[in-house]
Amino acid sequence: MKAAACPAPVGRYPHIVLGHGSGGRLSQELLEHVFLPAFAGTTLAALEDQALLPGPTERGARIAFTTDSFVVSPLFFPGGDIGRLAVCGTVNDLCVGGAIPHSLSAAFVLEEGLAIADLERIVRSMAATCREAGVEIVTGDTKVVERGKADGVFITTSGLGVVPVGRALSISNARVGDALLVSGPIGDHGVSILSVREGLDFETSLLSDCAPLASLTRVMLEVSPNIHCMRDPTRGGLSGVLHDIARRSKVGVRIDEALVPVRAEVRAASDMLGLDPLYIACEGRLVAAIAPEDAQRVLATVRSHPLGQGAALIGQVVAEQPGLVRMRSRVGGERVVPLLSGEQLPRIC
Amino acid sequence: MRRLEPDESRRLADHWANEIARSTTRPWKIMEVCGGQTQTIVKFGIDQLLPPQIELLHGPGCPVCVTPLEMIDRALTIARARDVIFCSFGDMLRVPGTDGDLLGLKAQGADIRVLYSPLDALSIARQNPERRVVFFAIGFETTAPANAMAIQQARQRGLSNFSALCSHVLVPPAMLAILQDPEQCVQAFLGPGHVCSVMGLSEYEPIAAQFSVPIVVTGFEPLDLLEGVCLAVQHLEAGRSGVDNQYARVVQAGGNLASQALLASVFEVCDRKWRGIGLLPRSGLQLRDEYSAHDALKVFDVGALTSEEPAECISGQILRGLKKPSDCPAFGERCTPESPLGATMVSTEGACAAYHAYGRVPVARLARGAARVQ
Repeated sequence: MKAAACPAPVGRYPHIVLGHGSGGRLSQELLEHVFLPAFAGTTLAALEDQALLPGPTERGARIAFTTDSFVVSPLFFPGGDIGRLAVCGTVNDLCVGGAIPHSLSAAFVLEEGLAIADLERIVRSMAATCREAGVEIVTGDTKVVERGKADGVFITTSGLGVVPVGRALSISNARVGDALLVSGPIGDHGVSILSVREGLDFETSLLSDCAPLASLTRVMLEVSPNIHCMRDPTRGGLSGVLHDIARRSKVGVRIDEALVPVRAEVRAASDMLGLDPLYIACEGRLVAAIAPEDAQRVLATVRSHPLGQGAALIGQVVAEQPGLVRMRSRVGGERVVPLLSGEQLPRIC
Repeated sequence: MRRLEPDESRRLADHWANEIARSTTRPWKIMEVCGGQTQTIVKFGIDQLLPPQIELLHGPGCPVCVTPLEMIDRALTIARARDVIFCSFGDMLRVPGTDGDLLGLKAQGADIRVLYSPLDALSIARQNPERRVVFFAIGFETTAPANAMAIQQARQRGLSNFSALCSHVLVPPAMLAILQDPEQCVQAFLGPGHVCSVMGLSEYEPIAAQFSVPIVVTGFEPLDLLEGVCLAVQHLEAGRSGVDNQYARVVQAGGNLASQALLASVFEVCDRKWRGIGLLPRSGLQLRDEYSAHDALKVFDVGALTSEEPAECISGQILRGLKKPSDCPAFGERCTPESPLGATMVSTEGACAAYHAYGRVPVARLARGAARVQ
């Protein structure tokens, strides 16, 4: 624990900048230089979306435990709100580890002046989303801060789930030859938030993809025991997840741009604003690395689920260039997909 | 506008790549002027689709990159003032000045806001009459008209708390500087599509004639770049010079006359320092005297602040097409997008940043980088 007393400087910034919350390179530096040295423990250092703890009985089932904070602006956006997001984010972090989500806690930081009607609307949305995901909020806390010290409401949720015996999904388990699946078009959540913030108008209304993935992961894991890892592409987007797989599993990742599902509205908005859909957050999608012999079967199952109709196989896990993500462009050239360097879009979750 | 389906893009790309290969009999060096074009080339791997005789050189057209160090230092000085709301396009926030960047200053509490349109700065000025609102007006002829409009409206509406820190630059003087360099080896240009949509083609004709080069005004989509290269190669092979227009769906020969009139009424041509290149005569736009009250250089009296650039960086040679980013010993080692040494590593449109982002790093360095992050 000697590093805790004198952490190495975080990049070139002596202060926190928004990019430290981006899920990209700066977030990673913060984790490596500030948090991991202080909280060194093997469970945390595995950097899964959820901690896996021994269960209370001897039968081998494990407890999954996770937590997440939500600071999205605006509080209400097309297709969701901060309450739905706060339930989905934590439920999904449990599901992608193969856990069956069980219970959540919810802690609220409320800003003086928040309309009670808005809070009621958020809480009702949380309750509805919990029913959808099959979980219950079993404990909670509320704090109020002076006007200007928060932005309406911040919510932190923690979640407990159970990982059945025999499941061993991990971000470090992807194997050479695995097929990479994404469960639907990417970037809907980030762009729907941006469209409200920047007043962009689309001919069709783009909704956030925000949804609890519990029923989707359940059917996927029922149909195949050979799903090696799953993760939801939230901050850092698809690129962030592919980088996590490449780094933690010590493999190379190859994808084909022409196969990555992106809605026309998302592509148009990204082009206009200079964003790349590969880095835009989703809140109801997952990426899975699946043994090649099961890939088509899992794809068919995902596509038959309401949350997975736009699913696609986008590439493979390869042995060459471990740690790197490469993409064939839509005109045929090849390039490295970099990890997001700074902040692409702040306060989207 | 209709977007192409991926397989359609692939088919058209193959068509242009074959056409280029068929037309090429000798080595040619072609410079794309704009940073946006450089980014498309590297992002989509356009150069990998070309025959080995065709070399693409990356030009000076990244407005963020070429904004001089002292202008960043002036911006930092202004943004530190307590009553100031400093507004900028997002890319400028990460550009290092002599002592830190705007993003770092924002984290320390300065009121710095990222805008997509300069007109938003006027709304902020109206809503905050007790504060001074400063807009960082940078870019080529492409962004200048919208900035000119904001400044003109501020004067018409008597928004005395609004000013602009102007650092606009012009493309033709930079192309001239490249062609006049005795070391230069550019044989044809892919011209700046969006700049020409404002200014038209006439400024480029004397350049093409004087130096006997083809200039193909080109767009920014992957297929635009391939078609632009194809036209440039065909002109070179036939020994033709002159101005051609690949981007006719956007660029008209006369340009946008209303924008040109607006530019002429708000700005006047001035000498300007370019980061990495140095002083180029008559290469910038500054506010006319009648707009002094909205000129942040005068309002904040920072015009005298000058800064010198660090000597180590080779971005000047990169911006003139004399070196490639991967030729630099500091590239990817001491110079990265997180801590750039110079101009071309700072913006996503800079050649070094594009090379770094899309993995154009010598394999040994890349492996070391991957090992570091594990």
